[in-house]
Amino acid sequence: MSTPQVLLSKAAALNLLWTSGRRINRFNGHVRVITRSASSAAHQKVCVVGGGPAGFYTAQHLLKACQDVQVDIYERLPVPFGLVRFGVAPDHPEVKNVISTFTQTAHHARCCYYGNVNVGTDVSVEELREAYHAVVLSYGAEGNRSMGVPGEDLEGVYPAKDFVGWYNGLPSNRELNPGLDCETAVILGQGNVALDVARILLSPIDELKKTDITQRSLDALAQSQVRRVLIVGRRGPLQIAGTIKELREMVNLPDTKPEMVASEFEGMAEALKVIPRPRKRLTELMLKTAVDPPAEKERQRRQAASRSWGLRFLRSPLEVLAGPDGARVAGIRLAVNRLEGTGDGSVAVPTGEVETMDCGLVITSIGYKSLPIDPAVPFDPRKAIVPNSLGRVQQAAGLYCSGWLKTGPVGVIATTMNNSFDTAHSVVEDLTSGCLDATSAKPGSTGIGPLLDKRGVKPVSFSDWEKINQEGRRGAAQGKPREKLLDVEEMLKTART
Amino acid sequence: MAASTAVRSSMGLTFRLSRVIRQCSASPFYRLNSCVDGFALLSKQGFPGGLQTLNRQLQTTMGVCHNDVGNSNAEDPKDVVNVVYVDRSGKRIPVRAKVGDNAMYLAHRHGIELEGACEASLACSTCHVYVSSDHLDKLPDPDEREDDMLDMAPLLQENSRLGCQIILTLEMEGIELTLPKVTRNFYVDGHVPKPH
Repeated sequence: MSTPQVLLSKAAALNLLWTSGRRINRFNGHVRVITRSASSAAHQKVCVVGGGPAGFYTAQHLLKACQDVQVDIYERLPVPFGLVRFGVAPDHPEVKNVISTFTQTAHHARCCYYGNVNVGTDVSVEELREAYHAVVLSYGAEGNRSMGVPGEDLEGVYPAKDFVGWYNGLPSNRELNPGLDCETAVILGQGNVALDVARILLSPIDELKKTDITQRSLDALAQSQVRRVLIVGRRGPLQIAGTIKELREMVNLPDTKPEMVASEFEGMAEALKVIPRPRKRLTELMLKTAVDPPAEKERQRRQAASRSWGLRFLRSPLEVLAGPDGARVAGIRLAVNRLEGTGDGSVAVPTGEVETMDCGLVITSIGYKSLPIDPAVPFDPRKAIVPNSLGRVQQAAGLYCSGWLKTGPVGVIATTMNNSFDTAHSVVEDLTSGCLDATSAKPGSTGIGPLLDKRGVKPVSFSDWEKINQEGRRGAAQGKPREKLLDVEEMLKTART
Repeated sequence: MAASTAVRSSMGLTFRLSRVIRQCSASPFYRLNSCVDGFALLSKQGFPGGLQTLNRQLQTTMGVCHNDVGNSNAEDPKDVVNVVYVDRSGKRIPVRAKVGDNAMYLAHRHGIELEGACEASLACSTCHVYVSSDHLDKLPDPDEREDDMLDMAPLLQENSRLGCQIILTLEMEGIELTLPKVTRNFYVDGHVPKPH
């Protein structure tokens, strides 16, 4: 990383001159050229921790706004893109198109990607702050909110994040092996992640076959006996966090029928009159599905369906119940709630009534959670975010945050984009106003490289990632866009060939 | 008379093609080949239908290049549509566009900071714009899928649309597309971001 490895033939040298300032990704296979000409001239060094959407959008904005800035993105995994790769559902490939935008950013002459570097263990945030003028933390939310109820660690209970990671090929979830040999699954939470999980559990295998879902999970789902999924929320229909696109996908899911309790929707029609458009359209769709008698064709479709799904409201988990073996989940005890207040601010209050649902699979989809990765970074454990103002970390000059680490784990790509642009703007302001001492020289990656080397850490470059990606394309079965490598060791081996 | 018309059209063709091929220089080689094929095809056909057909045929061949519809280098005054973008700092940017142009890709070509994360596949709301009220009804009604995505956009208004779904027609002459001020930190210094 400190000195470019340059082995060039004459032809390669000419090619290098012609494409000066740009990285050559594939040339003669065995030649790796790291052009530093444009980048070493950039005086302002910014480091981004986390190679997901927040990291890339922050980098993109910084590079556009400042002609003299070098942005280095550090990512723990060898592969970039974070939740776009490991969170977005396999049957939502268009959402992943944003990868082209991020790839363009990575190819920018003043941007450099360093995968396989774990900030917090391989290198500290303090060391990064010494080497860079500004450090932006955008490492997202890798933890889970837990229900905090007895039985949560029984077999058959999984955080949604882990289940999603499992079907999306996240290395740390590849051995999840969720038990799918029960009829009913209960999902706690009614956001888009819950709806994604429900949809993947009930989608016809022929549809999933065409996606980049991992082969392992595809095989497991092909054997699944889950036929009924209940998506349970502690508040009412007007408070569900999911959005209309995902709900519509459930309503239109082939070979499934909705199983709703019409009485749970009493009074909704009245409420519709005064709510904003997004909530209104979503509620109208729910009402239509739950209450309106279906047209003849739809009635027949529902009758023929072999699987079902339903929303259940005003229920909070009290205890996960084990079956006769005492180890595996067989049911869940729920508190019945009533709502106090209206709209988004309403609160679920237990009525004292209790209910039990039989099920063999429980998935908790009640929120991701950021974790502190370095004691030197201020962290608010209650909100599970890094305390900040407009992305500037409080009481830490030169330290910033963007993405879910900044605002909490809510929002889609557009939200993260705006949030990251905001932080980048703060960085730009500080770089140009002089409050970051951007005129003094900082080593950037030439300062970090030797440290990593000494510690035996070998970063993965963006062109290395492109090799891993190629491997993924090659390994894909008929009709699948890619077969993700599941193992970090395998990724590193591919990168080094 | 016929000769001068022929010369004029052939110059138009060359002019247009040279612009097209220059765009090609950034593309992989195989796309350059397809441009050249297109040119050969058209020469054989002797430009039937005039410059408009010519441009459509070029677009078909070039379709893979930029994933967009239209070419903003308007030649024929019959095809020109004047658009004004209002960026997030309030700055007005007039653009001379063409019938068939896609408002999102048009913005990209002119360095206007309108994102397009999902590449016009109705899977995000990053190209959200406000349409000037007198032009709103000149747009065809949104698809249910567009409405679903718009529901996710911050600062949704009555005149909100997704830029990637706006294909310019002559009736949209003078349309103003305003970028919502979704960030708290939008540019206020008139800074013009470079296309990325």
